[in-house]
Amino acid sequence: MDAVGILPLDVIGWLVQFWIALGVAGLALQRTPRLINRVIFPLSALTSLLLALTGLWALAAAPNIMVLPLGLPDLPFHLRLDPLSAFFLILLGGASMGVSLYSAGYFKTMAGGTLGLVCLEYHLFLVGMTLVLLADDAYMFMVAWETMALSSYFLVTTDHNIPEIRKAGYLYLLIAHVGAIAILLSFGVMQGGNGIAAYTFDAMRAAHLSSFWSSVAFLLALFGFGAKAGVVPLHVWLPEAHPAAPSPVSALMSGVMLKTAIYGILRVTFDLLGTQLWWWGVLALALGLITAVFGVMFAAVQGDMKRLLAYSSIENIGLLLVGIGLTIIFHVYGKNTLAALSLTATLYHSLNHAFFKSLLFIGTGAILHATGERNMGRLGGLIHHMPWAAVLMLVGVLAIAGLPPLNGFVSEWLLLQAFLLSPGLPNSYINMLVPVAAAVIALAAALAAYVMVKFYGVIFLGQPREKALEHAHDADLWERSGMIWLALGCVVLGLAPVFVVQQIDLVSHALIGSGLGNAANWVFLAPVDTERASYSPLYFLLAVLGVMLLTTVLVRRMYHGRLRRSAAWDCGFPAQTARMQDTAEGFGQPIRRIFEPFFKIEREVPSPFDTHPRYHGQTEDRLWSILYLPIKLLTEKLSSLASLLQHGRIHLYLAYTFVTLVVLLVFV
Amino acid sequence: MEFQNLIFAILFQLAQLLLVVLLAPLLTGWVNQCQAWLQNRSGAGVLQPYRVLRKLFQKDAVIAHNASPLFRVTPYIVFGCMWLAAAIIPIIAVDLPFSQAADVIALVGVFAVARVFLALAAMDIGTAFGSLGARREMLVSFLAEPALLMVFFTASMISHSTQLPRIVDALAHHQFMLYPSLAFAALAFVIVLLAENARIPVDNPSTHLELTMIHEAMILEYSARHLALIEWASSLKLFAYISIGIALFLPQGIIEVGNWAGLPLAIALLLLKLLAAGAGLAVFEAISAKLRIFRAPEFLGTAFLLAVLGLLIHFLLGA
Repeated sequence: MDAVGILPLDVIGWLVQFWIALGVAGLALQRTPRLINRVIFPLSALTSLLLALTGLWALAAAPNIMVLPLGLPDLPFHLRLDPLSAFFLILLGGASMGVSLYSAGYFKTMAGGTLGLVCLEYHLFLVGMTLVLLADDAYMFMVAWETMALSSYFLVTTDHNIPEIRKAGYLYLLIAHVGAIAILLSFGVMQGGNGIAAYTFDAMRAAHLSSFWSSVAFLLALFGFGAKAGVVPLHVWLPEAHPAAPSPVSALMSGVMLKTAIYGILRVTFDLLGTQLWWWGVLALALGLITAVFGVMFAAVQGDMKRLLAYSSIENIGLLLVGIGLTIIFHVYGKNTLAALSLTATLYHSLNHAFFKSLLFIGTGAILHATGERNMGRLGGLIHHMPWAAVLMLVGVLAIAGLPPLNGFVSEWLLLQAFLLSPGLPNSYINMLVPVAAAVIALAAALAAYVMVKFYGVIFLGQPREKALEHAHDADLWERSGMIWLALGCVVLGLAPVFVVQQIDLVSHALIGSGLGNAANWVFLAPVDTERASYSPLYFLLAVLGVMLLTTVLVRRMYHGRLRRSAAWDCGFPAQTARMQDTAEGFGQPIRRIFEPFFKIEREVPSPFDTHPRYHGQTEDRLWSILYLPIKLLTEKLSSLASLLQHGRIHLYLAYTFVTLVVLLVFV
Repeated sequence: MEFQNLIFAILFQLAQLLLVVLLAPLLTGWVNQCQAWLQNRSGAGVLQPYRVLRKLFQKDAVIAHNASPLFRVTPYIVFGCMWLAAAIIPIIAVDLPFSQAADVIALVGVFAVARVFLALAAMDIGTAFGSLGARREMLVSFLAEPALLMVFFTASMISHSTQLPRIVDALAHHQFMLYPSLAFAALAFVIVLLAENARIPVDNPSTHLELTMIHEAMILEYSARHLALIEWASSLKLFAYISIGIALFLPQGIIEVGNWAGLPLAIALLLLKLLAAGAGLAVFEAISAKLRIFRAPEFLGTAFLLAVLGLLIHFLLGA
């Protein structure tokens, strides 16, 4: 293909333009919402697929560079497509393909005007994320970053008539911008005061910062990207914004947008900053561990299914940050294979999370459409009414719970292998931190299984908790196909780890100069050598299926298949109702009790003599009152001080200007 | 020679597959019989679990009206997972061919698959006891599973591998050393074994009191062949856990594939170890009392901490 002169970056340029055209067409077609649903979104899905394929092509190609005749006078837009960008483009394309297909069905009930706008914002969001991955100078990056943030803000506030949603959107916008400022400052530090042309990433790569300034740049980047990714304590917007947004948007935000922050951290740490320091890794590791445990703990006590998933995203971001931290540590100490291993685990998990979290989020959208209910306490028994959604969501749930042979297990396996291979670091303190970190990861993974059993069990299993659930309808054909694509992705990523790791190796080579190289053949995943550890999901699946089949055949052959349906046994208790099942709160109760100090629990329990008893319980985040409320109070105080100057009279303001001028003239 | 070894290895694997599935109920029967003796009862004999299984298989299955397909496939999944788990642990000979496909982390994964499906099936009918059992099972496991992983990690750190055959090989044949880290791991492992197999003090396998049940509460709705498979799977699980204990902490006597002369001795040693472990389990259960459900996390937290401590000690002492 190169001979023809077409580069992957050109193709991506066309795809981006096509996306913009689709968005504008959506806005123009708002009188015919059918057309938007049936034509625009499927075309968009096709574009996503092409984007992913182009990414796959670019992964093996040499970096492509493009300078656009746009942007600032001395700083035109620079684009660059290297293996790291290509990998995240595959992630973006793969996940958004499923989400866009699903959107073709999901938005069918939306009014035309809103739909046109949503269509435009949706495509701008996709374009923004693509450009973030391609940007090769700070200005381009910030423009793309802001496009992404603003379009997603408008998407989050689609239902802006509801005050809570406006509030959630505001919080999201605020934290996104605090983060953006930090990122901008980080770029400012990295360009080192060398004029505007030094804002290209190439100049930053060439600049050699002192360890103090590169640490400052790293910390600012970690803060800025951490705010986007939802690293504790900057996570507060996530559980508010995700439930507020329409489900496909939540899927994209959680599945893809959070990964652009991971991309940013990787780009800054390993590409733009030439050298790393070991304590950066320890910091990332510690933050990641806290975030992971915090996220999963709060996920376990949620009653709203989308909030639960949002907290679970926080957990996964924590795991990714742990992977990045390990990569930094190993890289600094020159353990190349190990650095490649933990980077592989990080990238693999990013990809996995994009697939299963998008799948789960759009699944909650299907449930929301079918029942109008986000509160798990009013759902239940949906497996009978929504069999397609139930089966596909089961794949997502098993994958996110890290069960073999699906994809979540592979990345967890790789991450744990990285921990197991870690002894022998020259720093004995880090050596001691490693087993503790591995234990925390194992704990978070086990808790994730708890959360997912709760999520799936309360929503899909048991008896319907409300009468209206009996009329729940399954996901339609478009919605289903989007979910099938993502579920298929989870299965394929789980069964073909060797192929995926080979692709990721290209990224590792480009980013940290070393790769894994698979010691074994295509069936066995063996990061170091087969003596050390190997895993073959294919054989694993075959063995489990074989054993199950054998059991089934034997049982059916040797015994009868007689089956009788009857009322539930329930230890002979006849008056069993749906209200007696565990609710989401009930299922989370042990976690609430064990980790009590971490939660802020408000409980209202009526007295036994109350004739109209009202139960109320709420579990909140302590960080909100510890960290955010003081900041809010401080800001309010400062702004009220500032308002002393404001009287709304024009002559006063003119007087201020005059005084300022005089003061300046006196001093300068 | 290479090819011949592979054939032997596959034969060994198949033989072990058959052996564990047939022997597992016997181990359960032995534990129950020991318990009966300790309680001054005559007991039903070591073959009782087989009789129970036969009886259950011949009955008509009764399931609730609203049971979903998930409820019906779960017994097969659970049984398959447990069978596989018990079959890949080297207890007679190392070098089982399947172990390349699934290392210790995957083994923990197999247990997790079975547990998650069982918990989901327990919630499927929508009875109060079912979801109560599911919740408690997940509560116990979220502490037991990382503890088990840490136990495995300690062993893998010593043997530089997560492959079970390599671990056993390293611990049984090459180094004769007392590992302090393994001592901590062994303590943690015993607690995990008790918790994961629903034994006293975490759960009581022979309880009739629904409110104190964990494992039994989950399977209340099952009957006939489904119940038989789950009971059999529980036996297999106990067998698998005791096998892990033997493989990690008492690996002496486990032979290499193709060592025909050592085979009778290896089998005899294995039987002896299983008998001793079963009796030990019965004695431990006889002398301890069941914990309140909310004391269980503390108990398991101890296991978790002990396992992490073991790992730390390995890092500190290198042993």
